[in-house]
Amino acid sequence: MTGHPLSPDSPDTGARRRHLLDRGFELLALGVLLLALSALAALLYDILSSGLGRLNWQFMTDMASRRASTAGIYHALAGSIVVIALTGALALPIGVAAAIYLEEYGGRSRLARLIEINISNLAAVPSIIYGLLGLGLFVRALGMDRSVMAGASTLALLALPVVILSTREALRTVPGTIREGSYALGATKWQTVWYQVLPMAAPGILTGLILALSRAIGETAPLITIGALTYVPFAPDGIWSAFTVLPIQIFNWVSRPQAEFQDNAAAGIIVLLGLLLLMNAMAIFLRDRYQRRMRA
Amino acid sequence: MSIAAPLPTVRPGQAAQEQPTKIDVRDLHFYYGVKRALESIDIKIQSNLVTAFIGPSGCGKSTFLRTLNRMNDIIPLTRVEGTVEIDGKNIYAPGVDVVQLRRHVGMVFQKSNPFPKSIYENVAYGLRINNLARSKAELADRVEESLRAAAIWEEVKDRLHESALSLSGGQQQRLCIARALAIRPEVLLMDEPASALDPIATQRIEELIYDLKKNYTIVIVTHNMQQAARVSDYTAFFWLGRLIEFGRTEKIFTAPAEKLTEDYVTGRCG
Repeated sequence: MTGHPLSPDSPDTGARRRHLLDRGFELLALGVLLLALSALAALLYDILSSGLGRLNWQFMTDMASRRASTAGIYHALAGSIVVIALTGALALPIGVAAAIYLEEYGGRSRLARLIEINISNLAAVPSIIYGLLGLGLFVRALGMDRSVMAGASTLALLALPVVILSTREALRTVPGTIREGSYALGATKWQTVWYQVLPMAAPGILTGLILALSRAIGETAPLITIGALTYVPFAPDGIWSAFTVLPIQIFNWVSRPQAEFQDNAAAGIIVLLGLLLLMNAMAIFLRDRYQRRMRA
Repeated sequence: MSIAAPLPTVRPGQAAQEQPTKIDVRDLHFYYGVKRALESIDIKIQSNLVTAFIGPSGCGKSTFLRTLNRMNDIIPLTRVEGTVEIDGKNIYAPGVDVVQLRRHVGMVFQKSNPFPKSIYENVAYGLRINNLARSKAELADRVEESLRAAAIWEEVKDRLHESALSLSGGQQQRLCIARALAIRPEVLLMDEPASALDPIATQRIEELIYDLKKNYTIVIVTHNMQQAARVSDYTAFFWLGRLIEFGRTEKIFTAPAEKLTEDYVTGRCG
């Protein structure tokens, strides 16, 4: 007679071995995770240890200089903020309009499906290709030269697929009952989208936009391609002004032989990381508020 | 133009509140893709009375209700054949403005669906998009009038600018009724308006329906046969996409002409 299946004297079904394996796998996964994180931590430590000493108010407010000790990041920080703001201003209306067309109007039409496939493909295109497009289209064909406008237009192209996809996602979370309620009151499609659907989707749309922009702000390749890798020791004073951005300034400093400039580069990286953290925090804040409102 | 049900709809003497026809449906068929959901529906719905649609789940009563304000138009791959005349005008004729139609044929849904805005804004929305109020004062007046008509004014008058989502389920549903009344429709379609509510909230909705028929033609879909018996003047029984029987409510519930109707209202099937 065998005992209760869960009693310790039940016949061996390999349970012990299986529990050991389970535990072993858990430890392995944790180990791999810690390894990856420690590489990241080492990187962060390296940057902080060489950059923190250089980071002070003067560094934030000074412009580029030939002497490392008086060189600052102000012009690149201002450039990054202006370029990213303009990128957002370009990508948001176009991306939201495209998503509204696809989600609310296009339906299952052949045109809508063709656009859809192309957007998914665009999201996977390497950023340097966008740089080449920007160089050919904005810088040369449209004569924008190496301006803030050309840089922002190029980065907007890069951000567009992500903005469109996340906007569609946000539009889809608006319940159909809200749309029906609006139509039943004699609203047109546009009124329904504008007064009911968009406000409800807004936090989701903004979250997607910020995440797309925080990717774009670290982009270097497309901006180098359109010719932004030049010595620009001043902050942009308009959208047609020449500019430099944080990643390019960092790249500039890293490529200098002097050790002092390496410290400047590390300090610049800290500033860039801070900006990124700020943007991601904003995205999380918006998502959180959105979820609370949906539960209310 | 005769009514499909093989019995006289109204007996002489019983027709104390005989009213003119508001909605005249003739030979209506409805398809989801290739699947036929409604087959040859003929029915005349009278003005300023409550007409209830009853029948088991999936019998097509909600689908039929939604053909009366063309709400099914927003579902892809659906198709309608036949005519639905409201005040003598076919709403499926080419060139009919669906947006205008829905202004005149309001709807309340099974699950209350207030907009995630303030109580006031929920009611004001329909007035705003249809340009029905010329001034702020007129807007406020009509919001109040609608909330009073839906018997919810006393409960919300001190919190008009709080979120509509803070209301209870029954209050939310009455807010949705107020919202529908605000644009002064002639017909009010109600798709199981009380199915998600507790008995007390249900009773309030039923009393409200009774009051509203003075000014509106009401069509209500319900799963609850006692409810149909309590609130309606006429009852239509649907079965597998067909209208089996249509007549005065007391007749349908006490002396139905069809065996199927009798089995259903007595709980032997469905």
